[in-house]
Amino acid sequence: MEFFRIKKDIPFMSYGRLTTTISLVTFLLSVFFLATKGLHLGVDFTGGTMMEVSYPQAANLDSIRKSVDEIGLKDATVQNFGTSQDVLIRLPIKPGLSTAQLSDQVLDALSKAEPAVKLHRVEFVGPQVGQELYDKGALAMLFVCVGIMAYLAMRFEWRFAVAAVIANMHDVIIILGFFAFFQWEFNLTVLAAVLAVLGYSVNESVVVFDRVRENFRKMRKASVPDVINNAITRTMSRTIITHFSTELMVLSMLFFGGEVLHNFALALTIGILFGIYSSVLVASPIAMYLGVSRENLIGGEKKPEAEEVLP
Amino acid sequence: MNRYPLWKYLMVLVVVLVGLFYAAPNLFGESPAVQITAAKTNTKVDSALLENTENILKQENIPFEALFLDATGVKVRFPNTDIQLQAKDALQARLGKDYVIALNLLSRSPEWLRSIGARPMYLGLDLRGGVHFLLQVDMKAALDQAAERYVGDFRSALRTARLSYLGVSRDGQAVNVRFKDTAELSKGQRTLEKEYPDLTFRSSDRGGDKVLTAVLSEPAKKRIQEFALKQNIQTLHNRINELGVAEPVIQQQGLDRVVVQLPGVQDTAKAKEILGRTATLEIRMVDEDKSNAITLENASKGQVPFGTEFYTDRNGIPMLVKKNVILTGDYITDAGPGMDQQGGGAVVHVTLDGRGARIFKQATRENVGKRMAILLIEKGQAEVITAPVIREEIGGGRVQISGMANTQEATDVALLLRAGALAAPMEIIEERTVGPSMGEANIERGMHSTLWGFVAISVFMIAYYMLFGSVSVLALSINLLLLVALLSMLQATLTLPGIAAVALTLGMAIDANVLINERIREELRNGNTPQASIHAGYERAFGTILDANVTTMIAGLALFMFGTGPVKGFAVVHVLGILTSMFSAVLVSRAVINLIYGYRRKISKLSIG
Repeated sequence: MEFFRIKKDIPFMSYGRLTTTISLVTFLLSVFFLATKGLHLGVDFTGGTMMEVSYPQAANLDSIRKSVDEIGLKDATVQNFGTSQDVLIRLPIKPGLSTAQLSDQVLDALSKAEPAVKLHRVEFVGPQVGQELYDKGALAMLFVCVGIMAYLAMRFEWRFAVAAVIANMHDVIIILGFFAFFQWEFNLTVLAAVLAVLGYSVNESVVVFDRVRENFRKMRKASVPDVINNAITRTMSRTIITHFSTELMVLSMLFFGGEVLHNFALALTIGILFGIYSSVLVASPIAMYLGVSRENLIGGEKKPEAEEVLP
Repeated sequence: MNRYPLWKYLMVLVVVLVGLFYAAPNLFGESPAVQITAAKTNTKVDSALLENTENILKQENIPFEALFLDATGVKVRFPNTDIQLQAKDALQARLGKDYVIALNLLSRSPEWLRSIGARPMYLGLDLRGGVHFLLQVDMKAALDQAAERYVGDFRSALRTARLSYLGVSRDGQAVNVRFKDTAELSKGQRTLEKEYPDLTFRSSDRGGDKVLTAVLSEPAKKRIQEFALKQNIQTLHNRINELGVAEPVIQQQGLDRVVVQLPGVQDTAKAKEILGRTATLEIRMVDEDKSNAITLENASKGQVPFGTEFYTDRNGIPMLVKKNVILTGDYITDAGPGMDQQGGGAVVHVTLDGRGARIFKQATRENVGKRMAILLIEKGQAEVITAPVIREEIGGGRVQISGMANTQEATDVALLLRAGALAAPMEIIEERTVGPSMGEANIERGMHSTLWGFVAISVFMIAYYMLFGSVSVLALSINLLLLVALLSMLQATLTLPGIAAVALTLGMAIDANVLINERIREELRNGNTPQASIHAGYERAFGTILDANVTTMIAGLALFMFGTGPVKGFAVVHVLGILTSMFSAVLVSRAVINLIYGYRRKISKLSIG
């Protein structure tokens, strides 16, 4: 079986302007939604209490709301979670209230109304911890970008490094844009997925760049766009099959992983789809615009002063 | 050209075999068990205890599956939970309070696997159920407490040196001593400076009085904070021992935080209460000189005389208690509930250590006929439990505290006192509780995700790449095997995001094989011979695979460094998975392909779809 028997190179680079424009638009849209709607941050980052309880029969949300109201927690949100038996209760942080005991009070109130209620999960995060997790998340993101850029700059060339990181940041922003637009909850697990995407979709750029470098050695007379077109066309089959396989796994998580892994798998799905697009159609044009050439790539390995050819 | 030297095949074989051994314990499942550990540091857990346990179980006719001693304690496995609970009660009754008997789950893997150190993966709290707490130590309170202690110490130091002073008081974390004139002050300063080198002294004029202000030096502050944290961790250890939890985790995090993980604990409210109780005991004198009807009346309205605090005891009797603390819970070595021999009613028997006993003896000798208040301080709220009149000097360090509401309270207070006091109050700033049924559901979800994803990838790879696809799937299975073995060997904590990482790693690891297979196809298309194509395919793909994995590794390491909780669990598996996938996708699959094709003279066609 073979899906991709492509005889002629596809002139990806001549669409460069179009593809980068599309990217720019989706990117700006994402930034727009992030700025206007913002991320729906989970308790991990905002602090607060989240409780997951279940009932043997379909839960009566109104009576649960009443029970929670009665103990003076008016700001609580109560909603179904996955099935009609499972209920998620969120309590925001209240200044001056010992929040650690909050979940016990709520459970008490709930079991008074309905003794069969079962506690599945409690997550309580104090405000100071939430802020810290937020800061650490941002720091991790920065570290990954700098780390990847340094490695690619060393292994290839700075233009590739910059192009790959721009392409990947674009993926990350688009994932975040989706989360902002649909107001899906963004928690620590989703952050892990986002960072994993960052590492994963760089793979894609690396594979293409590897080919570009190889082509520069082999295709002595070809122009830079031709070299890149050939590299993308030749790696296309692998790109799609790999992502398809990974996506199979992610879909399996989406269907079988339950609520905890749901948003994690969603983030990965978006990341993988846009990862293909960005590394092929964003990273390479950017690298080209930045002026990659045979000299600074092949020659660059031996003489670092190759950068002097820059205008 | 597609032949490995013998040692390479052997290496692959050995690695896979070792992987099989270490991954195997995960297949046997777990049985309910009881774990016996020492409650105190000087209690020995040895083969004598093992024999003793066996005898007890035999005498009580309790059947067990296995009994052994390991680094953490004696462990006994039972066929079901009923017998487990029965055994726990029997052992607790016979072995006494020197040992902690905790319920646990133990792997059913056979003896020989255990002897090579093969254990099942260490499941995180989200998979086995339990509570995770992050506690923040209130360092300001620790320093305030230290300053409060100096107030008392200064008074007695100045008194012993026969120096006159107007008063000692605490102002935040500074201690002020007021003197009549500069001469007295400088004498006082000399005395105190000699005795307390940790403090920095400064003198000033304040409305006619000469004031000597003492503050803690930075290193001393740091030492107090370190000590407070250590003491709190020790106290938590003691309290958790009383709770009887198998494999609790109590760790310092950062400068002022403690992580507590209690796997399998169901009653989180109880756990929270025991951990969060910052109860300390303080023994202070009632200020009899200032206690009269008028001052008490004024004090109840908020006009409390200087140097005292206003309390009412449980019977509603008001009193003024001196701020100066004679004894704290630190001096208590043991405490137990009991009944009062004369009056009846629940009491707590307290035993003091040598220094505590001396202080107590002196205080009671000097204050015969006066009342001594015993305060229980919880969450910054002090309560006078009882304030008996001292009839005579009490030596020997054995104190009986009456005034308990009932025997349950006597037991609770005794437990708190025995388990030690917290040097500084702590607050729970993060809690993650997972119910046991949820844990099982999470394991199932994780397993199903991985399983069905794996099946889907396998079907696709075999259909698309035929024999090469089958080899890739074999390599992927070995990757999974090695990853599980590595996680079991390192006893890294496996969480639900960790299982997600296993799935994701497998999904990503197939990339290496796809790269290789595509490269081989391309070489074939370019008209190379099958053998040359295999060779070139592997050689050329390797550089790309390496680059791709290094970048993924950078992301994994960042997650590991900056991540906490679920993110860290994800990162550990992710990083390990990258390592095992490099090995299996490149070395293992090559070894198999070499075995299949490398020894044939003539190959007309490769089965690569």
